[in-house]
Amino acid sequence: MENTLQIQVIYFAKLRDLIGLDGEIFSMEEGNNPSDVLASIKKKHNIDIGTKFKIAVNDEFSQWNIKLNNGDKLVFIPPVTGG
Amino acid sequence: MKEFKITSNLINSQIIGKSSSIGARSVFEGTVRDINGGHDVIKLEYECYKSLAIKEGNKILDEASEKFGLIDAFCIHRVGTLEIGETAVIVVATSGHRDEAFKGCRYIIDEVKCRVPIWKKEHYQDGETEWLKGAG
Repeated sequence: MENTLQIQVIYFAKLRDLIGLDGEIFSMEEGNNPSDVLASIKKKHNIDIGTKFKIAVNDEFSQWNIKLNNGDKLVFIPPVTGG
Repeated sequence: MKEFKITSNLINSQIIGKSSSIGARSVFEGTVRDINGGHDVIKLEYECYKSLAIKEGNKILDEASEKFGLIDAFCIHRVGTLEIGETAVIVVATSGHRDEAFKGCRYIIDEVKCRVPIWKKEHYQDGETEWLKGAG
């Protein structure tokens, strides 16, 4: 049986307003990546939030296809608008 | 001195100390304007992913210092609710001569606007609000 990964997802800005949560935990399968988590978010909340995000894993910019580890903190970063 | 800061307190360019050993000091101050895309804006809300914002902001200051030989590189960005006319961001770049100071200051604000995870929500006169879309 495959191990389950507990992934902490944090939402900011427009994404947080759309989903209505500051964050939540997703149970994922070993070998899953941020794209798989995004698919789970869309399925669970039944909303189309697009794919126009950068990825941060454990407070570092990362990639869509990186293999996640148990306990990782994952953030989908909408296009930034500071300044 | 190199420092990138996020604050929820009021900021203005007087908070930046002056050094007597430099020849040029370029300061950029970004403020909240009252109109955007034809909408009357009454206030702004800035939100930030702080731990990553500080890392990325400091990386930008390192790059600017390296590229333009800056003596000081400083940036402070405000978060929370800002009223019209208040300062949202200040950048300071110092060097021996003006050319490097201007270029370094410009590099820092341009990179901050497209790389640092900070988001802006506008509140309009008609009661509507909108997270700005950004360049992607």
